[in-house]
Amino acid sequence: AAGMFLRLLSDIQWRAAHPKWRRMTSSQRSTSTTAEPHPVSLPAQAQVVICGGGIMGTSVAYHLSKMGWKDVVLLEQGRLAAGTTRFCAGIVSTARPVSVELKMAHYSNKLYQQLEQETGVQTGYMKTGSISLAQTQDRLISLKRIASSLNVMGIPCEIISPKKVVQLHPLINIHDLVGAMYVPEDALVSSANVSLALATAASRNGVQIHERTSVSHVTVQKGRVTGVETDRGRIQCEYFVNCAGQWAYELGHSGEEPVHIPLHACEHFYLLTHPLKEPLSSSLPTVVDPDGRIYIRNWQGGILSGGFEKNPKPLFTEGRNQLEIQNLQEDWDHFGPLLSALLRRMPGLEALQIMQLVNCPESFTPDMRCIMGESPTAQGYFVLAGMNSAGISYGGGAGKYLAEWMVNGYPSENVWPLDLKRFGTLQSSRTFLRHRVMEVMPLMCDLKVPRWDFQTGRQLRTSPLYDRLDAQGARWMEKHGFERVKYFVPPGKDLLDLDHSKTFYKPDWFDIVGSEVKCCKEAVCVIDMSSFTKFEISSTGDQALESLQYLFSNDLDVPVGHVVHTGMLNEKGGYENDCSIARLSKRSFFMISPTDQQVHCWAWLKKRLPDDSNLVMEDVTWKYTALNLIGPRAVDVLSELSYAPMTAEHFPSLFCKEMSVGYANGIRVMSITHTGEPGFVLYIPIEYALHVYNEVMNMGQKYGIRNAGYYALRSLRIEKFFAFWGQDLDAFTTPMECGREFQVKLEKGMQFLGQEALLEQKQNGVYKRFTMFILEDHDTDMDLWPWWGEPIFRNGRYVGKTTSSAYSYTLERHVCLGFVHHFDEKTGEELVVTTDFINQGEYEIDIAGQRFQAKAKLYPFSSLFTQRRRKDEVELSGYQRE
Amino acid sequence: FYLTPPQVNSILKANEYSFKVPEFDGKNVSSVLGFDSNQLPANAPIEDRRSAATCLQTRGMLLGVFDGHAGCACAQAVSERLFYYIAVSLLPHETLLEIENAVESGRALLPILQWHKHPNDYFSKEASKLYFNSLRTYWQELIDLNSGETTDVREALINAFKRLDNDISLEAQVGDPNSFLNYLVLRVAFSGATACVAHVDGVDLHVANTGDSRAMLGVQEEDGSWSAVNLSYDHNAQNEHEVERVKMEHPKSEEKTLVKQDRLLGLLMPFRAFGDVKFKWSIELQKRVIESGPDQLNDNEYTKFIPPNYHTPPYLTAEPEVIHHKLRPQDKFLVLATDGLWETMHRQDVARIVGEYLTGVHHQQPIAVGGYKVTLGQMHGLLTERRARISSVFEDQNAATHLIRHAVGNNEFGTVDHERLSKMLSLPEELARMYRDDITIIVVQFNSHVIGAY
Repeated sequence: AAGMFLRLLSDIQWRAAHPKWRRMTSSQRSTSTTAEPHPVSLPAQAQVVICGGGIMGTSVAYHLSKMGWKDVVLLEQGRLAAGTTRFCAGIVSTARPVSVELKMAHYSNKLYQQLEQETGVQTGYMKTGSISLAQTQDRLISLKRIASSLNVMGIPCEIISPKKVVQLHPLINIHDLVGAMYVPEDALVSSANVSLALATAASRNGVQIHERTSVSHVTVQKGRVTGVETDRGRIQCEYFVNCAGQWAYELGHSGEEPVHIPLHACEHFYLLTHPLKEPLSSSLPTVVDPDGRIYIRNWQGGILSGGFEKNPKPLFTEGRNQLEIQNLQEDWDHFGPLLSALLRRMPGLEALQIMQLVNCPESFTPDMRCIMGESPTAQGYFVLAGMNSAGISYGGGAGKYLAEWMVNGYPSENVWPLDLKRFGTLQSSRTFLRHRVMEVMPLMCDLKVPRWDFQTGRQLRTSPLYDRLDAQGARWMEKHGFERVKYFVPPGKDLLDLDHSKTFYKPDWFDIVGSEVKCCKEAVCVIDMSSFTKFEISSTGDQALESLQYLFSNDLDVPVGHVVHTGMLNEKGGYENDCSIARLSKRSFFMISPTDQQVHCWAWLKKRLPDDSNLVMEDVTWKYTALNLIGPRAVDVLSELSYAPMTAEHFPSLFCKEMSVGYANGIRVMSITHTGEPGFVLYIPIEYALHVYNEVMNMGQKYGIRNAGYYALRSLRIEKFFAFWGQDLDAFTTPMECGREFQVKLEKGMQFLGQEALLEQKQNGVYKRFTMFILEDHDTDMDLWPWWGEPIFRNGRYVGKTTSSAYSYTLERHVCLGFVHHFDEKTGEELVVTTDFINQGEYEIDIAGQRFQAKAKLYPFSSLFTQRRRKDEVELSGYQRE
Repeated sequence: FYLTPPQVNSILKANEYSFKVPEFDGKNVSSVLGFDSNQLPANAPIEDRRSAATCLQTRGMLLGVFDGHAGCACAQAVSERLFYYIAVSLLPHETLLEIENAVESGRALLPILQWHKHPNDYFSKEASKLYFNSLRTYWQELIDLNSGETTDVREALINAFKRLDNDISLEAQVGDPNSFLNYLVLRVAFSGATACVAHVDGVDLHVANTGDSRAMLGVQEEDGSWSAVNLSYDHNAQNEHEVERVKMEHPKSEEKTLVKQDRLLGLLMPFRAFGDVKFKWSIELQKRVIESGPDQLNDNEYTKFIPPNYHTPPYLTAEPEVIHHKLRPQDKFLVLATDGLWETMHRQDVARIVGEYLTGVHHQQPIAVGGYKVTLGQMHGLLTERRARISSVFEDQNAATHLIRHAVGNNEFGTVDHERLSKMLSLPEELARMYRDDITIIVVQFNSHVIGAY
């Protein structure tokens, strides 16, 4: 019985049809037993070496060769498509909550559809459609949100009634369903054959493929990949691509300079059955029942059904290696709950005969998103792995993006959510990964509500004030391993427990955050913002200034003590980072960027700063605790503590000075608050943190001081229309597109990165525009809350998506931020977006299929700013971040 | 603050260790299938120790748990050394000669023991030379004493216990020129440790016990139920015979002060122990050693303090009580554990929990469909039935871990309560010792087929 299955997945006939390819690879498996194990020796050098012959490796090879890179060698330790790829269920599903993942899946689907025609290799592609079932109203809401984003991408998709479900799939029991989502163009493939088809095409384009060749490690010199050591010798190369799937972590750690690829394998089970008496049609749609944690597809007249259990079994934590994934043990007891869910969904299958329970490990990542991109420490070392069991859906698109990245320097889409550099060394502990993937795998089927926090792998990086804040009722979230306060629960008040607090509606912390916001507006609050990434850059001469002037768009040649908000732009003028830089002295600068920039920004600067021993960059993130004093009385608290006048005449905004606070000396005080409210951020050497915090709290008492968290900060910032990097801003957004021209000094007397692109935009206009929307007919108590990713409609036509949103306690309205495009009505071509275009439209925001009227604004409400501001202060804290 | 189940598991499993005995090691068929062991600290650092080793020059396997007090130094030393003393005591004359000759001529030594150690079970590198010299002196004396008789296990165990305790005492009196070692031997002697050691060879099971750790045999009755058989007596105030023995060894005038508040001289819970020279040496000797010892010793109030009513030392001995048991097919397993376990669980419950765990693991063979014709409905029914049979058993792959989970997490209904478990495990260091003691457990599983064939 098992033989039948394997034959289906690795039909070897294709090899005979392509003798050229066959000559170049080992053919131990073929009938010609006379063939030597390795008839073709490895080349001594190549431009690119790809490790891994699964769907990822072959897809990268395919796309590289299509883009003209032909000097490519693909190495596979076993046989092509014999790992997870061979055993995977072969479902191509576009219903993905993250927009870039959705795009990858959409592209994969289109690619696979024509692959058989292109290559002559049978891929088993069958457009069956898929039905995602909802057992609860909340589930239906999450499906509706996905449906909204599929529809605006032009992917057919509809929300259907249970009755319609039965018409599409007669076996489904619908008595417990409230609705479903139907995606008619989703498909099934034989994943191994797709991979072999990609390999065939790549091979025709000149890619050399060597099976039974394993990479022992990658050599790196002076921060660049120089070659690959294999069990069959060395290959010199400029680029290495790690597509080793669940072995990617180990391979990354095998070199002298480790490349941290945080992923971990879990066992994954699915069931195969014999055909039904009346065999199931091969065009029957795939069924996904997330509340039952299972998926069901037709397979050879019977079914294939697997799922994501609540108690996953991680494996290979110690890194046990093995050539090909032999069938691991079947574990029926473990599969029991999923089998129950299957029989509940399709009771008619009781009498169906079992063929096999397949155990196929899948790799998972710490945040349920896949990993791609270049290593921050080794140039030319690329990674594509950690597919969270959606490898076949992402394969085509992910391979394309990675190939574009290598050939063009960056993919054609913003892939920051998938970028390897979102992780650092801290996510690469085996214990952390083991615990985290046990949480991530069940999450595949859990309801994805806004503001979800992982529960495992916590309390890794903390501020010295952690215990103090925790004792005062702090509730925590985590960013890049750092614990940050969401809000403080006042004594005597209870919030819902974790499971019950999941909602798409008004959350239980609404009033708590409201009072924190009020205190920021009327008195003074303190927020611990220690997680921000902090670098110090200094030089003996003018090297620091000169380099930074080139790497940043604003003018940094300001008097000592000034703070400058500036973008760190790429060649296209897009934001690689958005930061604040203080000039500490003529030759040294202090740079603050978002928390998750720690790895990316470091790598970006390292690569571009001149190799000069007199120019020093240091990551001082861990050295300082940052306290943000927000509110009109911050000035009073600080001047009492320092016996120094802190009023605007003495301490203007965007100013930085070292001073004493309480007994502690050398506190770096900056007149910025990241919210547009008046106040200061104190950068405190960590050993003084507790002292300064205590002093501030004691002194602040008479001014009504209280602790606040990031949720209050976010509300304050979004109502003032501040974009933040990683959410609103990305490598594809320029300052011109988000009203930040004032942070770009095109005439600062020297060239800077991105200047040309910005000049061109200035002349020709922009193709998208960052816009603020005030929801008009939205009932905060009764209606679904916006989150991000909601489609924006202008005069009934789709123009873009929101990127963030918050409730404004001051306006008493929801505020959404997002980008407006101008698509030509007939051709769909992107046109220039003008101020008039924005202003002369009627807008609606689509939240899970329901549209709300919205007022568009290009400038914030001036009434929200409590202080009168100089003109250049209008945008005083024009940089923001989550 | 609340530990998630994976966090709880990672704490419980941190020290777990399993060893499967090869069924036939080239010489014998072993009556031991293997053992599981584990430790859960309450003290920081933990004062319990455990050891397991296979004798290489004689037959049999040694397993032991050691409960330290007044520090872990003595328990550590005993865990490293005692098995060598036992193994040497068991060796025939010729083997002893062979070993001595090898040492004499600088040849490679015959290996005496094969240790089965968890990575956390360490040996002191600094003291190995000192320990070796003492051991060598011991076997040299055995060679000189050659009685020509075959070695009796009971006698060997008693001799080894007494000899090691004697060496500990002597080393502390003599001292060492190396200041680190000098302080170490003093800490070993002034702290104490109980020991409960099993020697299994075929159907012959000997348990030598000194102190209040305990050995218990798990017996499966014909009806499948489980019962416990004690293979050691606790040496403490609850044991009438022990109280009687102590009183016999000292003048009548001390009768009232010997045992107070269930403690020896009102101070010590176990009535037998290694080390603890405060209860063994004369007052003069104690004072002399402390005065000439390093400052750390002089600054320590505990070591300087002389027990009250201290007239006719020694009050304490390391001599074990040895029980011999012929293993029967119904004897399925042996549990050795420090008092941390027995304080929280009755031995009858221990027998039941381990018994059900071990048989559960064996009976619950994984299901494989293979070539059979099974329908989804049939499989579903089978799985439902199996699930009903399994409780929390499958969470643990180690019987000792499973027992600790119950010892720490059991609620009033005798089932593991995750919340309680989580609370007990997240107690801060300074509180942990008030709610629980260090727990060390070894569960040895016997091969009934081999035993039945004897």
